[in-house]
Amino acid sequence: MDDRKAPLLEMKNIRKDFFGNQVLEDINFTLGEGKVLGLVGENGAGKSTLMKILFGMDVIRETGGYSGDILLSGEKVSFQTPFEALAAGIGMVHQEFSLIPGFTATENILLNREPKKHSVLSDVFGDRLDTLNRDAMKKKAGDAIEKMGVMIDGSMVISDMPVGHKQFTEIARELSKDQLKLLILDEPTAVLTEHEAGALLDSIRSMAERGISVIFITHRLQEILNVCDQVVVMRDGRVVQDVAARDTNVQEITHWMVGRDVQLSARTFRELPSQETVMSIERLWVDMPGETVRDVTLDVKKGEILGIGGLAGQGKLGIPNGIMGLYEAGGRVTFEGKEIPLNQPRRCLDASLAFVSEDRRGVGLLLDESLEWNVAFPAMQIQNKFLKKYLGGLIKWRDEKAIEEVTKKYIDELQIRCTSSRQKARELSGGNQQKICLAKTFAMEPRFLFVSEPTRGIDVGAKALVLDALKRFNRESGVTIVMISSELEELRQICDRIAIVSGGSIAGILPASASSEQLGELMVSQVK
Amino acid sequence: MSESVKRSGVQGKLRSFVQSFGLPRLIIAGFLLLLFIAAPMVGSDLGVQLTNTINRFSWNAILVLAMVPMVHSGCGLNFGLPLGIISGLLGATLSMEFGFSGPMSFVMAIVISTPFAILLGGGYGWLLNRIKGGEMMIATYVGFSSVSFMCMMWLLLPYHSPNMVWGLAGKGLRTTISVEGYYDKVLSSFLQIQIGTLVIPTGALLFFALLAFAMWAFLLTKTGTAMTAVGSNPTFARAAGIDIDRIRMLSVVMSTWLAAVGILVYEQGFGFVQLYMAPFNMALPAVSAILIGGATVNKATIMNVIIGTFLFQGIVTMTPTVMNNMIHMDMSEVIRIIVSNGMILYALTRKSEASR
Repeated sequence: MDDRKAPLLEMKNIRKDFFGNQVLEDINFTLGEGKVLGLVGENGAGKSTLMKILFGMDVIRETGGYSGDILLSGEKVSFQTPFEALAAGIGMVHQEFSLIPGFTATENILLNREPKKHSVLSDVFGDRLDTLNRDAMKKKAGDAIEKMGVMIDGSMVISDMPVGHKQFTEIARELSKDQLKLLILDEPTAVLTEHEAGALLDSIRSMAERGISVIFITHRLQEILNVCDQVVVMRDGRVVQDVAARDTNVQEITHWMVGRDVQLSARTFRELPSQETVMSIERLWVDMPGETVRDVTLDVKKGEILGIGGLAGQGKLGIPNGIMGLYEAGGRVTFEGKEIPLNQPRRCLDASLAFVSEDRRGVGLLLDESLEWNVAFPAMQIQNKFLKKYLGGLIKWRDEKAIEEVTKKYIDELQIRCTSSRQKARELSGGNQQKICLAKTFAMEPRFLFVSEPTRGIDVGAKALVLDALKRFNRESGVTIVMISSELEELRQICDRIAIVSGGSIAGILPASASSEQLGELMVSQVK
Repeated sequence: MSESVKRSGVQGKLRSFVQSFGLPRLIIAGFLLLLFIAAPMVGSDLGVQLTNTINRFSWNAILVLAMVPMVHSGCGLNFGLPLGIISGLLGATLSMEFGFSGPMSFVMAIVISTPFAILLGGGYGWLLNRIKGGEMMIATYVGFSSVSFMCMMWLLLPYHSPNMVWGLAGKGLRTTISVEGYYDKVLSSFLQIQIGTLVIPTGALLFFALLAFAMWAFLLTKTGTAMTAVGSNPTFARAAGIDIDRIRMLSVVMSTWLAAVGILVYEQGFGFVQLYMAPFNMALPAVSAILIGGATVNKATIMNVIIGTFLFQGIVTMTPTVMNNMIHMDMSEVIRIIVSNGMILYALTRKSEASR
């Protein structure tokens, strides 16, 4: 590499914490001009936070900024808004499309940056009355499309386009900006077919040849190897590896991504408590947006903790949500020998199943009610607990005293930090809210429990407590638990077996003692 | 120094009191108090004024109470109140038509209006379950259209009682029908207390207290708890196995029935059954009253109902009379309209603030 010229992008000692929760530590890497950098890591490893810092997103500034230096072509920069980042030549394509469906590709590509023509009217009333120079627009958009090396029709309306072309339009919009030097692509291939993804990879290469640097984030590791010059692997907010793509392989990257200095001491492997199947799921499909389950067949053994892992969007969250009747589902689910009718939440609950939702604030809690209500409500409604009878059972009132007692019991047991049992659920921190969700299900004393992402967005201390509580609940009350989590390590910590979901079906089931490479390989095996 | 600490303590207490009670309510309450003080000074009898206020409170309180169940179940404020009122009017006119008289006619009016309330409320509830999220807008139009529809029906339905139909034609109901001889003051005169010029309609107040107690008791039951939860977070309720649509339907039927009873209580105090366009003007004052009482779009208590009705009706009755006596000109109707619509307008501005 040319030593006299500074690299295009240099990140030095980037650190970031969200309210004391360290998410990025000492991030260092450099990216040369015209190079493609693949950024990989598990969910929550800090990839998107890092990109947000680079792109000057508001959320970073609002949460106290970051420390460390970002150098762009040797000059220190610190973007306060995405506009500044854009002006400095950084473009970003997000996972979700931001296009106007009724406009053509050309109009979308040049939106608000159109070449204009002056007219008499605009001379009099100012440049807001300039007219669009359609010919120049067509040419400019055409150039941008050509830069990608893909053929898309500039006059086609976005809503008529296949999803791949929409993605290309987004990229063309970034390319049409003359000052563009660095393009960030956040999982651009997630929505593409294999063929389209191939075309995109080709266009990334041709962009690089034109001197544009690319940061490419994806879960498909093979793509990284095919297209990137350099691979940066992140884990737990640190860069764990920074190597040339040609010196590595999928297996190695997987190992770096998921394997960490495993503390085996925290885990206890045991024999499955029973070989008896307590729940069998056959050919389950669930129509949950973003987490579609296509065909899941799975047996859950009595008394075990079964972990379900997998990458985001592969359908692991759909499984409990479908069985518990929150999203449209089909297939056959039998519990303790009896079939459970799907799409009827009440029947599942009556069969002594319970569910701790991943959507704490949306599904899990009554945010505007007291903790007492939150803890006691499902048990009251489903099992008629915490009710006092008057007039020979004619009138049943809430038993406020019993409700207060049970809430206080769980506040002590789960160390929930609150001012009183009458505090509103909204005022609690994320970790404590999660504990309330657990208390709510524990109060129902279920025989079978689904727990979905129990540690998402909560700090390390609360995480350990929540996992311990689940483990204790399983050991002491003999409750079968199915735990869904994006974090492999936490699954390996408390589960007996781990099932990996990929592409909407089960890719394989391994004992928790399996190596993280084995699990990681399953995770990406059927990504579609 | 200790004094300043003490004062800040008092200030803090005062501030938290203002915060919990709400500054707008304090201002309204203060204004009402001012009117009561000003009334004797400008030469109007305080006893009579208090009687008026309490009377109007007793007529309107149940209509305001009718807001509570729907607010709890998350259906918002019941702008479709006229639908319930129509059930009540049907009960009232049919009870008279069938020849009941005295207190019995009041009981029968409630009995007859009940099936109408359940039927109409059921249909209304079904409709509201179909348009979750836009309840209040649709409710307003349900109110409008039901009133217009009944304008035709009051003319066409085969009523014959000479006390109710147009004198010359012999058919079609009159716009205003006196309830004298039927249930005029049937509640108000029960256990009535008179102290000088002050008259307290004990029976009507007791009847309201009874219904308010029943509502409070209902909200303590399992179903009542479920209703509050549905309003607070429907997804949570559904995940806890509650049939949201059924609970919402129940709340709408309850609200409609309470409106039916409410209008009957209003009539017994007011002395007339008002048909045709009259139900039109009943929803907004009730909505305003409960908002002024401190309720929000998804939280309402019995205390909100009592405080709100008293403040709203107090202002609406007191302002015109005191103003009249002050400027010695009969402006009462003009002022009444300005004040009551002003209050409604004010209350509706509070609504957005209270939304989720």
